[in-house]
Amino acid sequence: MTWSRFKDYFTTYLFIIPAFLLFCVFSLYPFLKVFQLSVFEWDGIARSMQFVWLNNFRTGLFYDASWWVSMRNAGVITLLAMTLQNGLALMLAMIVDREIRAKNFYRVVFYLPPVLSGIVVGLVWNWIFDGSHGLLNHALTTLGLAKWTHAWLAEPSTALVSVAVIHMWKGFGWGFVILLAGLQAIPRELNEAAHVDGANEWQIFRKITFPLMLPVFFLVSILTVLGTMQIYDIIAATTNGGPGYHTEVPITRILAAMVGSSRFGYACSLGVLFGVILLAISMVQLRISKWSQRFS
Amino acid sequence: MVPTIQLKNSELATPLRPSQQIQWQRWVYRAKRWTFLAFAHTFCLSVAAACLFPLVWMVSSSLKTQTTIFTDMSLWVSHPHWNNYYLAWTRGHFGQFFFNSLLYTLCVVVGVILISSLAAYAFSRLKFPGRNVLFILLISTMMIPIPGSFIALYVLLVKLHLVNTRLGYILPQINGGLALGIFLLKTFFDKLPQDLEDAARIDGCNKFQVYLNVALPLAKPALAVLVVFNALAVWNEYLLAMLVLSDQALMPLQRGLMVFQGAHLTQYPLLMAGIAISIVPIVTLYFLMQRYIVAGITAGALKM
Repeated sequence: MTWSRFKDYFTTYLFIIPAFLLFCVFSLYPFLKVFQLSVFEWDGIARSMQFVWLNNFRTGLFYDASWWVSMRNAGVITLLAMTLQNGLALMLAMIVDREIRAKNFYRVVFYLPPVLSGIVVGLVWNWIFDGSHGLLNHALTTLGLAKWTHAWLAEPSTALVSVAVIHMWKGFGWGFVILLAGLQAIPRELNEAAHVDGANEWQIFRKITFPLMLPVFFLVSILTVLGTMQIYDIIAATTNGGPGYHTEVPITRILAAMVGSSRFGYACSLGVLFGVILLAISMVQLRISKWSQRFS
Repeated sequence: MVPTIQLKNSELATPLRPSQQIQWQRWVYRAKRWTFLAFAHTFCLSVAAACLFPLVWMVSSSLKTQTTIFTDMSLWVSHPHWNNYYLAWTRGHFGQFFFNSLLYTLCVVVGVILISSLAAYAFSRLKFPGRNVLFILLISTMMIPIPGSFIALYVLLVKLHLVNTRLGYILPQINGGLALGIFLLKTFFDKLPQDLEDAARIDGCNKFQVYLNVALPLAKPALAVLVVFNALAVWNEYLLAMLVLSDQALMPLQRGLMVFQGAHLTQYPLLMAGIAISIVPIVTLYFLMQRYIVAGITAGALKM
């Protein structure tokens, strides 16, 4: 290699080095460290760590009931988000995609909740759902439905659904924007040609919109699962896992193991477990997506 | 002989003249369209109201007093207590939290823009060994979910003595924005024509000067997307702030809100004023740059 060639490469690497260094220190190292810590018993402070083989994983998989309760809770919220939130988002996107006025107004307003932080949204809704002076209960009492009032976030029977409602309120605008962008990427001529050929609305949706939107649907569903399973901020600002374990989610359990009971190794093993589960779900969704696209 | 005209059955019962028929179809079409529009706007407006109502109510509550807030449920406050905002800003330390948030956001956004644009330019335009491997490595953090990595990140920050420092909160977030930044900017640079850069090179610019004087100014639309995205992400970040920062003087707004709520559980007017303070900059940024936000989500999501 000649000197000028070497100099050329060297100056080029100067462009990459800042990014690469940050990546190695703050992404690669933690990523590998999580796997290493997950097979140790360690309190986060002591100099010595105890190697415990895969015991942490065994505990997480078979003996920690609260972990699976948290997975189930996140699963329930995800299921609600997949159906109600994305259903609403699709409906709104299909309406706004038509020739109607105030398109941009709707888009701006619907995307306002996703812009806010989970903490802000949680704190505001905290008070709407409050048992003694909450707005919802006040409204119900005024309407004469006093027997329907609840301490929405504090009662075991309503807490999880209330959290899911908050999450969906914050999240639907995001799905709406992506679905709308997908709908607007469909060439108008297709719809018009189908209209001229005498197709009705349902046939157009079934034969044109749905097949062309299938990749977008899968994208939204994958991102919904990833985002909702890792829900944390809203929980932190409203119930913090309570009452009991009724709104515990995986991230709160990982934090509880780490900060609460100082079991860093166990927390890492839960993190690895959770990551593997999320990756598996995404893979299955991707596979279904590839498979279903062969038919259209 | 006059030919007899055979009328069809359908033509016997007073048929419409062509012009009338078109008129009728037009009516049907209009009726359908109006019903659709009425339904569409009612539906969309009610959803929009549901989006806005909690925010409007939050602002109006922030102007009430501790005594009226639980009894007076009206949205319009006749005697607004602007003093709440002053108290939240000073006694509630929201002024301090606010400037911390501003500082963190500024540092992270500048850092992400600088570092990711440098790297993206090299990946797009310059040739060097290991280019593809490095690119995929840097982008991979965007694809793989590692929910537990904040534990190891915390351990690392303890080791580096960066816990409870501003730097320890800023650096991981710069790193967090790099993957999307490099990805967006590389695709943007790839689409730019190379002629301008060649011309600059012939005029005697070196690689860095070409990047700084030609490529970077051309990338403004993509940079705007990145600015908005990272500003939103940093301003709204909570988990890392909770783990890393325990000194109240260093806390950003989201962490400050939680601390305030923990300490003054029932001071709703001040809490609401704090929330209003915390969302003003981000909502302003959103209204000013919402075009770029929409572009950013769709670019980030649909190209993945």
